[in-house]
Amino acid sequence: MTKLNTYEAALAAYEPVLGLETHIELDTATKMFCGCATTFGAEPNAQVCPVCLALPGALPVANKAAVEATMKIGLALNCRIAEWTRFARKNYFYPDMPKNFQTSQYEEPLCEDGYVDVVVDGESYRVEIERVHLEEDTGKTLHVGGATGRIHGATESLVDYNRAGIPLVEIVTKPVPGTGALAPEVARAYATELRDIVRSLGVSDVRMEQGSMRCDVNVSLNRPGDEWGTRTETKNVNSLRSVERAVRYEIRRQSALLDSGDKILQETRHFHETTGETSPGRSKEEATDYRYFPEPDLAVMEPSKEWVEALRASLPEPPRKRRERLQADWGLGDKEMQSVVNADAVELIEATIAAGAGASGAVKWWLGELSRRANETGAELGALAITPAQVAELQGMVEDGRLNDKLARQVIDGVLAGEGGPAEVAAARGLEVVSDTGALEAAVDEAIAANPAVAEKIRGGKHAAAGALIGAVMKATKGQADAGTVRQIILDKLS
Amino acid sequence: MSTISREEVAHLARLARLEVTDDELDAFAGQLDVILESMKTLGEVDTDGVQPTSHAVPLVNVFREDRPQPSLPRDAVLAGGPDTAEDRFRVPRILDEEA
Repeated sequence: MTKLNTYEAALAAYEPVLGLETHIELDTATKMFCGCATTFGAEPNAQVCPVCLALPGALPVANKAAVEATMKIGLALNCRIAEWTRFARKNYFYPDMPKNFQTSQYEEPLCEDGYVDVVVDGESYRVEIERVHLEEDTGKTLHVGGATGRIHGATESLVDYNRAGIPLVEIVTKPVPGTGALAPEVARAYATELRDIVRSLGVSDVRMEQGSMRCDVNVSLNRPGDEWGTRTETKNVNSLRSVERAVRYEIRRQSALLDSGDKILQETRHFHETTGETSPGRSKEEATDYRYFPEPDLAVMEPSKEWVEALRASLPEPPRKRRERLQADWGLGDKEMQSVVNADAVELIEATIAAGAGASGAVKWWLGELSRRANETGAELGALAITPAQVAELQGMVEDGRLNDKLARQVIDGVLAGEGGPAEVAAARGLEVVSDTGALEAAVDEAIAANPAVAEKIRGGKHAAAGALIGAVMKATKGQADAGTVRQIILDKLS
Repeated sequence: MSTISREEVAHLARLARLEVTDDELDAFAGQLDVILESMKTLGEVDTDGVQPTSHAVPLVNVFREDRPQPSLPRDAVLAGGPDTAEDRFRVPRILDEEA
């Protein structure tokens, strides 16, 4: 049973130091060193060639688009681009690489010395970037024969090399001290900002849940004034939220060990999504010895000043600047904008406004009703079966008085159920505000007759009492009346 | 006496996934010693101010465009492995790591 301190007790005694190592799979059309396609979901081993397998005589050639994408990431992270850089072989025997080495970079990474600024609780933190380098992804291993599909208990492993050789960018931070109790939030904010920056560059879909962005989280603790402690590296962290959870858990676990005089083992640990705990991973009987050496089959790279500057000039507006601009355009407060960002709704709202909706309407639907629906089903907001254009259309129908909010929610039901666009659903389900004043007046007359006491109050000047009659009319019209119109008719009749 | 120890040879053999007998450890230690001694001769050359060479040809910036080319037919891919199942390479279970 793992002993844990409370988070508060841990932070009262120790200071955390963070470090993050992130892998991002680029979405190039071909692999890093050969022309094999990178189509997701292809048949096993259908996208494999002599270069992927390192068959004798095969010669790798670097993918220019991947090199450019890596330089763009480096530039967006305020890094210096190397004037001279090369690939290196990282040698190890493991069936996830058919070559018995991974082509990576060692002493001469493509990009170095950058930073990312993140804001947590109104406070700005600078996360310094040590290096950004380019390497290749490994194959996928399926463990069979065991009861659970996990390695323990498996009798054999089946390997698919479609993913082996897909360009992978590794981004390593320098140690991040000084975040105190906000360490988990700073780690998450960094991962979020990194994801947004890379996404804005259009070089990866950066989806942690699908593995195109993977975050390894390093944490160590030290008593104030002491040297930094021994760190652990937690892998298998599959969402932004889990980045935060993993840091929090390690702080609690490590502080309990230190309190009882135990030493922290420098080890790789695995995060478990369901329990939020970490457990020891690979036990290293001997220190890793990758025997790196310069890759002889690939030419050295010397990015010219012109090339680097052309890439720098092509960078899009940084996500942080863009958020500030949109917040001003949309007239949102800091908290509201934070909700938009947390809900991953920036692009959705932007597209809804582009499709003709006003900012307040667009924000209202995505943060309100649609966020609620997404939460109910555990889906991401962007995965809902409704497009920004349809949301804009819905909001237009509300503004035209053809739908009220209640009817609009029923229209959303229909759209999400795949019954068509808002106008189609409204027509098919007969969801339309009753604009026939004759019918409304009749309903109002009935309501007055059924509630003589209320009617008397209104006649006496108590307009607030009209609510009871409005409710009755709405009920009679099955919610398809416009409340404002009904109120006006009531007041006209009873004044 | 070898300057490279039996333990170092055993370590290298493990990294290379080679099975080496006790007798071979002694034999290889001696042979590796000769190789290292020979390489030391190179250390006598004055290389001050000379960049380390990693490539024999003075080529830089060799790239290819990001255009897909046909892969190998899967039968040919799998033919290189000792055993296959479900269109994948079949390998002995992996013990020392938990996914």
